[in-house]
Amino acid sequence: MKIKIGVGILVFFALMALVGPLLIGADPAATSDDGLQGPSAAHWLGTTQTGQDILTQIVYGARISMGVGLLSAVIATVLAVAVGLVGGYFGGAIDETFSVLTNIFLVLPSLPLIIVLAGYLPQRGVASVAVVIAVTGWAWGARVLRAQTLSVRRRDFVAAARAGGEGPLRIIFFEILPVLLPVIATSFLATVVGAILAEAGLSFLGLADLSTVSWGSMLYFAQNGQALLIGAWWWFIPPGLCIALIGTGLALVNFGIDEIANPRLRTIKVRKARA
Amino acid sequence: MRFLARRLGFYLLTAWAAVTLNFLIPRLMPGDPVELLVARMRDNVDPAAIDAMRRAFGISDASLWQQYLDYLGNLAHGELGRSITFFPTEVSTVIADSLPWTVGLVGVATLISYLVGTSLGVLMAWKRGTWLDGVLPAATFMHAVPYFWVALALVFVFGVTLQWFPVSRAYGLEVVPGFTGEFAASVLYHATLPAVTIVVASMADRILGMRNVMVTTLGEDYVVMAEAKGLTSRRVMWAYAARNAILPNITSFALSLGFVVGGSVLTEIVFSYPGIGSMLLKGVENEDFPLMQGIFLVISLAVLVANFLADLAYVVLDPRTRQEAQ
Repeated sequence: MKIKIGVGILVFFALMALVGPLLIGADPAATSDDGLQGPSAAHWLGTTQTGQDILTQIVYGARISMGVGLLSAVIATVLAVAVGLVGGYFGGAIDETFSVLTNIFLVLPSLPLIIVLAGYLPQRGVASVAVVIAVTGWAWGARVLRAQTLSVRRRDFVAAARAGGEGPLRIIFFEILPVLLPVIATSFLATVVGAILAEAGLSFLGLADLSTVSWGSMLYFAQNGQALLIGAWWWFIPPGLCIALIGTGLALVNFGIDEIANPRLRTIKVRKARA
Repeated sequence: MRFLARRLGFYLLTAWAAVTLNFLIPRLMPGDPVELLVARMRDNVDPAAIDAMRRAFGISDASLWQQYLDYLGNLAHGELGRSITFFPTEVSTVIADSLPWTVGLVGVATLISYLVGTSLGVLMAWKRGTWLDGVLPAATFMHAVPYFWVALALVFVFGVTLQWFPVSRAYGLEVVPGFTGEFAASVLYHATLPAVTIVVASMADRILGMRNVMVTTLGEDYVVMAEAKGLTSRRVMWAYAARNAILPNITSFALSLGFVVGGSVLTEIVFSYPGIGSMLLKGVENEDFPLMQGIFLVISLAVLVANFLADLAYVVLDPRTRQEAQ
């Protein structure tokens, strides 16, 4: 049930990002004379100070926000798989080094690091922001994957592959990796949430590409346009709500998977006799 | 004690990594920002100041290795260079002025969030199947809400619409800082909304995490045994189940600290709170590289210290870590 709701939310936002701009067709940056209008039939979610349609911005912003989230989660997951699987499989000094590296990146506060790195970027395009977020966001996945690799590498099929003369890299990426795909998928989903949040935070601070419309940059302009003081709630509520809903969708899928693995976590209908 | 020694070793290693990262970032990022900065400042600032900045960055014609040693030497003397935004103030002075606000705000808020969130998690696991399960969907939603959005919403509702709380600064313009009741009251009043933001935004993780571990723990034989012995349910809940469930919870709490600090940086910025989060943004906006780097270093070290405190709590709560050596 949880997984179904979660997937439903994600499909909705995916469609919004893929098909939405085609349906709307308008330019998200186009200004008009109807500044600061509340939600109405003409502008379902109202307008910004310069008369931009908020619904159009939300729909186009979905592309950037989710695009950056996915791109940097892909990069981070590739890093996590490389570090986690290689370290976990080889063990010894390689594993020690990779583990320490992973733990260091796990402890260092990522958002301040992202802000500092972004501060040094000469151009803050979509791709460079995605890379910066990925560089700070791979450690959690690497830690989980290493732990899983440690248990998988002792299984018989790995021993068989080794006896069959397969090289270590082939064993890691063609024997062990397919077995870990479910774990990789869960850690990928969690990384997407983190990356979308990080992108939103960075854009909100005005440190990402402000010429493209993303949910974070909408919030940046809402804050700088004094949306709060004017009482223009329709300007800042939708972007944040979208971010939180995507996060909820991804979390529901992940929690649903957890509950399949550990049935005790499920909520139960029958009241147990406990005071 | 071997556990603590090992952890301490790891934190020292991480601190060294943060220091080294700080040294490498300006040199590895494209465009050599320090040289650019020096070139840009040459007209406005006296040569002595530029020289000081080069020294603080360790930028010289010497080899990279020599630069690194110089940099470590400066750091050991607490020299982080001069801020460009607040020139000629030392970066260390800027940080010393703003750090107490952040430590106070984030420290207290995180503690409240941890205590309330963990207790709620325990209760929800214990009363599974009752109305308390209704908190779960809300917590799932809150778990992904951006801190700064919570901050914006609170400002809108309680600051602008209801006008119950101030929405910026750390204390009122009319009070004089000092050890007076009036000043303390003003500080508390101004810290309310930022603190509530951090508590609300970070609590969901604690609730969900604690509930899940607790639910698993409640199925253990020793909990069933405790119930069968006829112990009061309060004793079973806290002294048997929660006491054990809290261990993994502390570990995950320590790991989430970096995330909480990141969210707090954004929260401070929304509320123009004079902590190091606001300073960090000022540094980035003004391309004040010494300030940016100094703040990143201090935030990293603070998170490491907090992690070590969490480890100490772990040792107090888990006797096994203390018996390892015997």
